[in-house]
Amino acid sequence: MYRYYKKYVPYLFILPAAVILILFFFIPFFETIVLSFFDYNSNIYHPVFVSLRNYTSLLTSPVFYKVLLNTFIYLMVAVPFLVVIPLIVAIMINQKIRGITLYKILIYLPVIVSIVVAAIAFKWLYAQQGVLNYAMSVFHINPVSWLTDPNVALYSVIIVTIWKGIGYYMMIYLSALMSVPKDLYEACEVDGANPVVKHLTVTLPHLMPTIGLVTTISSISAMKVFVEIYVMTKGGPLDSSKTIVYYIYERAFENLDLGIASAASVILLVIVLALSVINFVFFENKQYQL
Amino acid sequence: MKNIKSVSGGFFIHASLIFVSLLSIFPFLWLLSTALKGPDENIFQYPPVFLPESPTWANFKGVWNQIPFMLYFLNSMVVAGFTVLLNLILSALAAYPLARMEFAGKKTVFYATLATIMIPFQAIMLPVYLIVLKLNMVDSVNSFMGYLGLILPFAVNAFGIFLMRQAFLAIPKEMEEAAFVDGCNVFQIWWKILLPMVKPTLAVLAIFTFIGSWGEFLWPSIVLTQKTLYTLPVGVNDLQGMFSANWRFIAAGSIIATIPILVFFIAMQKYFISGENDGAVKG
Repeated sequence: MYRYYKKYVPYLFILPAAVILILFFFIPFFETIVLSFFDYNSNIYHPVFVSLRNYTSLLTSPVFYKVLLNTFIYLMVAVPFLVVIPLIVAIMINQKIRGITLYKILIYLPVIVSIVVAAIAFKWLYAQQGVLNYAMSVFHINPVSWLTDPNVALYSVIIVTIWKGIGYYMMIYLSALMSVPKDLYEACEVDGANPVVKHLTVTLPHLMPTIGLVTTISSISAMKVFVEIYVMTKGGPLDSSKTIVYYIYERAFENLDLGIASAASVILLVIVLALSVINFVFFENKQYQL
Repeated sequence: MKNIKSVSGGFFIHASLIFVSLLSIFPFLWLLSTALKGPDENIFQYPPVFLPESPTWANFKGVWNQIPFMLYFLNSMVVAGFTVLLNLILSALAAYPLARMEFAGKKTVFYATLATIMIPFQAIMLPVYLIVLKLNMVDSVNSFMGYLGLILPFAVNAFGIFLMRQAFLAIPKEMEEAAFVDGCNVFQIWWKILLPMVKPTLAVLAIFTFIGSWGEFLWPSIVLTQKTLYTLPVGVNDLQGMFSANWRFIAAGSIIATIPILVFFIAMQKYFISGENDGAVKG
């Protein structure tokens, strides 16, 4: 194809987006790394270069250790539920039954509604004399201090994340399910296999790449969780529900401890980057090829 | 025999889906129920009463009079509206050469853009804030600068650029050649020939950018200092502080703030839940 544009034209088209991405992605990215080598704690106007001291103090701090552990628990608990529940729901919705659209709308609703509203709604369900504790009392279970018991708060918040993610991942599974060849199912039905066997032998193998995709993207979003914690527990009680983004937020914007906040950010960056690379190499490599 | 089996299977599936659907909306319904209960009704009653005995709008009126929801709504509209507009324009501009032109540094641009997908905003929000401060894009300067600070960091992202690039790649090259022969310059080709052809993709990008921007909480809660610029999510979170124990008002306010996005979702539902399997529903 012959050239119908001048040499500088491509750069003109790219320029506006490039300015935004450089200003709000690349510069901040490098600045995060640079800031992580400085101490702002003693005097915020005269940062001192401290090389790796922010990292060593983070990694020896019991609070940050707890934060990392909480983040890890968040991931290990939320991800399996977000991989399995939406898959089962998607397989059930992917049948020729009535009311599919209504089911989809209702199950997708939590995805659309502001996470702030969702967190407030759950805070209300979790109230000491709230509905959830009443429901438990019906089964003779003692009331739980959902958001104020250090052993429970983290899991209460995780439930909100899972609840809000089901519709989102269900839609990802649904679009993958459409590509399963119908004749494979027919062959199965001719063989007289029951529905469970059918899905185990046909659907699951076909969905493996999608299951991988959901695993990595739900892991990445579990790493980035913030609003649920901010609205419901502020990381408490006793740091029991504090995860890494909340910790960064607190350090940066409440304590103005820019160095420590940046070092924690770099740790977050490294983990998310690793997960993203896995995602790109194995699951999302098609639309991102030159 | 087979019929009986499929009927019982159908029943099981419906029962499960109804259960999941109810779980999905119950927290909102319970919020609504609380918001409709008057001061005479004990909201901590055991056992809890789902249907209010004498439903009242009093809580909605009360919270509406104390919270400038219209202002928050308009702020959200301004921020989400311009964020969408900028995303459409900037993504479509940058995507065109990436899909269609050869130029020095194309690979670098491509992979640099791809790299930004992997950088979580939460890890760079502090320097982003410092830059926004340095550029004076904060509400303490004036409202316009405040809006800029809310919008510009999200004016474009790699997802949008790659989405538009895919759309451009699907258009036959002959279209551009014909337009060029007809005397269109390159900008006209982009604006008059290509953009109309990728309208469905632009719609998808617009809708998902809108939802993202509308629900954004972390960034506005970092940059905003003036209540006059609060967006709805920040305003809703503020309810908790204002009416600490008044759950009727908190619930009513949360419901009010949810109405706009609910209307938007119902109107645009096909974009969120569409799929070929919709057509498979048998009457």
